[in-house]
Amino acid sequence: MDLVSPGFGLVFWTAITFLILLGILRKFAWKPILGAVSEREESIKSALQSAEDAKKEMQNLQADNERILKEARAERDAMLKEARELKEGIISEAKEQAKSEGDKMIKQAQATIESEKKAAVADIKEQVANLSIDIAEKVIKEELSDKKKQQKLVQDMLGDIKLN
Amino acid sequence: MRISTFGAVFLGLLLALPIAGFANYKDDTESDKKFDPNKMIMHHVKDAHEFHVIDFNGKPISISLPIILWTDNGLTSFMSSKFHHDDSGKVVVEKNGEKFVKFHEKIYKLNEGAASIEFDDKHHPVNASKPLNISITRNVLMMWVSVLVLIIIFTSAARVYKKSENNVPTGIAGFIEPLIVFVRDDIAKPMIGEHKYKRYMPYLLTIFFFIWINNVFGLIPILNGANLSGNIAFTLTLAVFTFIITIFSGNKNYWKHIFWMPGVPVPMKIFLMPIELIGIFTKPISLMIRLFANITAGHIIILALMSLIFIFETIAVAPISVLFSLFITVIEIVVTAIQAYIFTILSALYFGMATEEEHH
Repeated sequence: MDLVSPGFGLVFWTAITFLILLGILRKFAWKPILGAVSEREESIKSALQSAEDAKKEMQNLQADNERILKEARAERDAMLKEARELKEGIISEAKEQAKSEGDKMIKQAQATIESEKKAAVADIKEQVANLSIDIAEKVIKEELSDKKKQQKLVQDMLGDIKLN
Repeated sequence: MRISTFGAVFLGLLLALPIAGFANYKDDTESDKKFDPNKMIMHHVKDAHEFHVIDFNGKPISISLPIILWTDNGLTSFMSSKFHHDDSGKVVVEKNGEKFVKFHEKIYKLNEGAASIEFDDKHHPVNASKPLNISITRNVLMMWVSVLVLIIIFTSAARVYKKSENNVPTGIAGFIEPLIVFVRDDIAKPMIGEHKYKRYMPYLLTIFFFIWINNVFGLIPILNGANLSGNIAFTLTLAVFTFIITIFSGNKNYWKHIFWMPGVPVPMKIFLMPIELIGIFTKPISLMIRLFANITAGHIIILALMSLIFIFETIAVAPISVLFSLFITVIEIVVTAIQAYIFTILSALYFGMATEEEHH
């Protein structure tokens, strides 16, 4: 029975000792130790968090870079395309212009040629007429130098008229 | 190498146990020469007014401890050596006109005129009274030693953190920190909850290490098995602390669950009230009995196994006794930690129940 009946003395001393122990350890052990442990945990947590943040930022940066690169590439492509179009436009325009100009020049040239031709023909006609008149004059002069010949000519001419 | 050294030391300590045990029993049984295992075991398991170390040449060597008594005349104090190792009420100590005897580790004050103590059939003293006894007993001394060890260990661990720049645990702190983190993360946080556990941490840590170290000290044979954590007075005190803290941290929700259980019909509410009310008290009582019984049982088993040698009166039993008590002692080493853990986790559970918020 002694074994299971608590003695007052030990209860008394245990209570006092335990309270003192609790007070001392609380102040000089648990507070600094728990404080240090949680402080370290916080610092680890924040370090991990900042590493994660940095990683995310890095990813963002990379994505940004990629986006910018893509944009640049697209811009370049667009510019190239535009340039090509422009070039083609210019070329075709130039071609057209050249063609029309050429046509115009050809026409002009043709017109000039025509008019030159006409003028030349007219000139030739005149010269031929003059020449023929001269020749005719000379011939006639020659022909008409004697009577026979004059006769013959008249005769021929009359024959010609008939043919006409 | 380390393990074998530890094993050798441990075996040495274990072998010291029967010597110490034998020494104790010899003191009591010199008259009748018959070995009484019950007496020897009880002598070990219970508290004592002097710190008996060993018998040398038939003379007991012990540390004398102060006896402090509160009598009608006030505080009386003398050293236990005045009883000359007597435990049968024969030696009378006179102090301030009062006469005291020690009988079966109890101090009695003799009435006026009585020369020696006398008992009736029911072992009640007829001519003596029991004064209030707050002596520094063997258990109290061991408790103070354990407190000293705890303070040295933990304050030096705390100093490690103060010295180190980024709170790196080195030396003793490296050993202590996992235990503290264990109490925090595996006892306090899951039982009480993330938001409220901080208030209870000092108490939980203190009882955990206080119980554990005293369990371990109780296992060291050379300390003559000061069985503090196997003493019901010790476990009672700690259980009462847990009880008081539980009662004072109980919130509205906790008391509602005891006096007017929500979610059940009214007759059931009335039926549950006395059960819950008894439950308030059975929880700390179970704490008290569990620790006391587990530790005391371990001591009794080890001592009983050792007693076999003296019961059979042959050395041939010794190997079996030693082997079995070695086995039990190894189990007891595990039990020291487990019982400290159980006491702490259940205390935390009760605090958690008392502070739980309503959630429906």
